[in-house]
Amino acid sequence: MRSDRKIEALRQHLKTLEAAGHPVDDARFDLGLEAADRHLGGLATHGLHEVYAATTPDATAALGFALGLVRRTAGDRPVVWGVQAMAELETGRIYGAGLRELGLDPGRLVLVRVKETKELLAAGEEALAGGAVGAVLLTAWGESKVLSLTATRRLSMAAGQGRATALLTRLAAQPQPSAAETRWRIRGALSRALEAEAPGHPTYAVELLRHRLGAQPRSWIMEWDRERGVFEQGGQNAGHEQPQRPALSGGLVSPAADRSAEARGEGLRRYG
Amino acid sequence: MLVEKVKGALRLAAANGSALALGLSPGMTLADARARAPDIRVEPHRPEADTALLRRVLLDFGRFTPMAATDGPDGLALDVTGCAHLFGGEEGLIRAVGARAEGVGLATRLALAGTPEAARALARFGPGGIYQGEDQSQALRRLPVAALEVSDKEIQALSRAGLKTLAHLADRPTAPIAARFGAAAATRLNRVLGREDVRIRPERPVPLISVDRVLVEPITETPDIEAVIGDLLVEAMDRLDLRGQGGRAFQAGFFRLDGEVRHITVRTGRPSRDAAAVLRLFRERLANLARPLEPGFGFDQMRLSVTVADRLASRQRGFEAAPSTAEDLGRLIDRLTARLGPEAVSRFEPIESHWPERAVRLIPAAHPPAAHSLGEIVAWPEPDPADPPLRPLQIFDPPQPVLATAEVPDHPPNRFIWRRVDHRLVRVEGPERLAPEWWRRVQAPLEPTRDYYRVEDQEGRRFWLFRSGFYGEEPAPRWFLHGVFA
Repeated sequence: MRSDRKIEALRQHLKTLEAAGHPVDDARFDLGLEAADRHLGGLATHGLHEVYAATTPDATAALGFALGLVRRTAGDRPVVWGVQAMAELETGRIYGAGLRELGLDPGRLVLVRVKETKELLAAGEEALAGGAVGAVLLTAWGESKVLSLTATRRLSMAAGQGRATALLTRLAAQPQPSAAETRWRIRGALSRALEAEAPGHPTYAVELLRHRLGAQPRSWIMEWDRERGVFEQGGQNAGHEQPQRPALSGGLVSPAADRSAEARGEGLRRYG
Repeated sequence: MLVEKVKGALRLAAANGSALALGLSPGMTLADARARAPDIRVEPHRPEADTALLRRVLLDFGRFTPMAATDGPDGLALDVTGCAHLFGGEEGLIRAVGARAEGVGLATRLALAGTPEAARALARFGPGGIYQGEDQSQALRRLPVAALEVSDKEIQALSRAGLKTLAHLADRPTAPIAARFGAAAATRLNRVLGREDVRIRPERPVPLISVDRVLVEPITETPDIEAVIGDLLVEAMDRLDLRGQGGRAFQAGFFRLDGEVRHITVRTGRPSRDAAAVLRLFRERLANLARPLEPGFGFDQMRLSVTVADRLASRQRGFEAAPSTAEDLGRLIDRLTARLGPEAVSRFEPIESHWPERAVRLIPAAHPPAAHSLGEIVAWPEPDPADPPLRPLQIFDPPQPVLATAEVPDHPPNRFIWRRVDHRLVRVEGPERLAPEWWRRVQAPLEPTRDYYRVEDQEGRRFWLFRSGFYGEEPAPRWFLHGVFA
């Protein structure tokens, strides 16, 4: 009996520890793509989500996917986008007209340009905690010690405090442990060609690397529908029940078969 | 003793008390002066150094009143209306000013009177002191006519007429004086006697609202400084409330014990009366100053001024609903701007132009949009629902030169090399032909027309390429990567 009670007390204690830096409520948002939403069970609205660009040339795809999430979660509320100078230097400046073309209102977006990762985090925390915005998108360049477990936990707490969604896009960096609710790896994917073989709508190879609530790593091909503001089944075989992955280059394999990715996932879970 | 060269001769420009006691006076030649007093110490006169010193003193004397101005090359005029109580009345103020000047080694004569001109005359031609009412007119009447500071010729004329002091003039009607000695003399007389009040023109623009705190004990610690700013802000906000205004720019003045003065300004995007929010801005600024605020031996006075204000309806406090998002966002923008600078925090604004580089501009987010846009507000172009994005999410500025090949000249490209990576294109759309805005540039050579292509490579990355110029023309066309689609 006594040991039972002790274990129960420890469990309670563990819960309070876990609660620190994690969403204060159960508010969730989804992607609009049913297959993915069923798998994910929604994404925490007042939490931190990380989006990695698989390779540097996939940076714009990663930003596009993150902006899709921003649109899903923030709706008509203002958005702050913090960008590290190096990211814009390497992958191009953020273009207002292009934001409009993805279905976001550029007039509702405040662009904050910083040099250092530290400044990026500080600005992000400030914007999140103030409660004035629906989402804060941060774009960091390169590997950084500053983006530690503690720093991401702070972001996550600020998101809870200000009831906003925190999205951290990381370019030219390998996934590493953090306090994020979910972690994604994005690369561009071949679009469904329009008439006369014209490039189609934004299409991404989306890979879920980690989900704090335990959803298994998986990948999808998603197409962004600007008009409805939802992700849809994408790729050349869209419409078929089981999407093949002929469009993907060798780097991306189905997670179940990818032992190394699985192993890395295990390691991350232990940290997170 | 200072000398300067006047018409080829070295003449005394200024002399100190002991030199004056020896019978030397400014204007005398150096040779004459040496003859009278052989062992005088002579230095060249440097008027610019005097001016610089006077300016520094002026800045420091800003602690007594915001309405301070230089008066000639060797005087200061302070409008102390409503300021004296801070220093324990007029006598206290005069004592404080005197002590401050003595502290930096200046000999002064101070006078305080009802009008600036009267005070000037009393200081320069009279004994100095504090005058008001009947005392003031009596003291002014005793001054010599030189106090009018009109030209020597007129002074001589006045003396010759037997008019030696202002009293002689004061009782006479003004019209004959103007007729005989010139209008200037009459005007000056009225001003000096305080019949006409001409306000001084302060050096820095007078703030709309200014609150001061004279500190008995100089402070050096940041929390103390912030606490004082906080107190002053609350006071200033109350005054703004009375005027039905909100401040757009707040300036904190830090008066250091040794005379250094530092001003720090923060701005808000929209009129504000929120002391806590503005204090946060100051905190940000103070923490991120390029040149830190060096308290040295401490600040002995602080001032808070509201330099720009706009209408902001007075509101009943405590009955407000939760602040609206727009207001919150404004505050957030202000805080970020205070920390990172106005250029770092921006928002997009569309411009009516088809030329990609010109179609969007970034403006500091702290500016209210209405005040900034020229003429009509342009709306973002509405994309066609069926189209995929036709403009990239990111663009390169300037466009990046790439090596592109097309099967046949004038055809869409089928591959391009950028950053040493070969991109084989599987989807291409184009061209979209954009001609430069020839009506904008008259002088500079016009850029060639651009043919834009939306392309996708076999890895599923979408790019915006353009060919600059046409085949068969000089110079040969070149290919550029302008942007990347999501």
